[in-house]
Amino acid sequence: MQVSEEVFSKVQAALIDALGVDDDEVTPQATMVGDLGAESIDFLDIVFKLEKSFGIKVATEDLFPKDILTESTYVQDGKVTATGIAELKKRMPWADLSKFETNPRVQDFGDLLTVSDLCRYVESKIA
Amino acid sequence: MRWFWIDRFIEFVRNTRATTIKNVSFGEEPIDDYLPGHPHYPHSLIIEGMAQTGGLLVSEEGGFQTKTVLAKVSKAVFHELIVPGDQIFLTAVVQDKKPNGAIIEGTVTVNGQVRAELELSFAFLDDRFGETGLFPPEDLLRTLRILKLFDVAVDQNGNRIHAPEHMLEAERLAARGFIQSRAISQSKPV
Repeated sequence: MQVSEEVFSKVQAALIDALGVDDDEVTPQATMVGDLGAESIDFLDIVFKLEKSFGIKVATEDLFPKDILTESTYVQDGKVTATGIAELKKRMPWADLSKFETNPRVQDFGDLLTVSDLCRYVESKIA
Repeated sequence: MRWFWIDRFIEFVRNTRATTIKNVSFGEEPIDDYLPGHPHYPHSLIIEGMAQTGGLLVSEEGGFQTKTVLAKVSKAVFHELIVPGDQIFLTAVVQDKKPNGAIIEGTVTVNGQVRAELELSFAFLDDRFGETGLFPPEDLLRTLRILKLFDVAVDQNGNRIHAPEHMLEAERLAARGFIQSRAISQSKPV
């Protein structure tokens, strides 16, 4: 799903400011943690900048559904179950979970979010 | 060496803004040691002073029990050096506060002139980092009194903020313990 140029450009500006990365590093496919080097505290900064830039409210649970990732009904042997994946898809329709689904290790969830995902999330909030 | 880079609160509005002052003295070792022969107040200590101002501002509402640590210096722009004899005003304004952390914007002035602009992020540590606070409450209370925080602190409606009861209780317990230990040591034969 394509994201609007305006949303991408504002998200890109927020990430450049918060993470000190160059604009050519912030591509739609770049992952927040793996490619852009975001650490947990950076998300506080990123969320603040997105809220300010788009006039939206972002709940941390929207981006990191901790309850799903820690509940035994959704996680077994360190992997998210099929029920858990279904719940994640319901809660995060804007996220591309296809790669994560192939080997849904909880420890890899943190590196799931891409710039495109973030743009689609913002679009879902301003729609 | 004491690690306090603010001298006194002159303004404190819960979760909103706080201003502290810091008098820079040639008698402080870092002033001359940082760049011998060219005494000035190190930029890192300006950041630390703002972190102390902002950190106390964002942790007050929880009775100073929130384990608050400086997590990120997002912006630090220094316009002019601060030298012995200067009185610094450090103003922290809360930009955002969430259950896991907060962001403040800081402005540092001397004689009304902006000397530095900062943006700091604080993380609120959860119980994985220990169940108790980062400082003994009776010690922190003593520091807050020295900094005159309770002399100026108000909530958003202008009501005075007093020392939290848990800190006062910790202080009473510590005093009782001290008196008892003195009594025991004095009763021992020489």
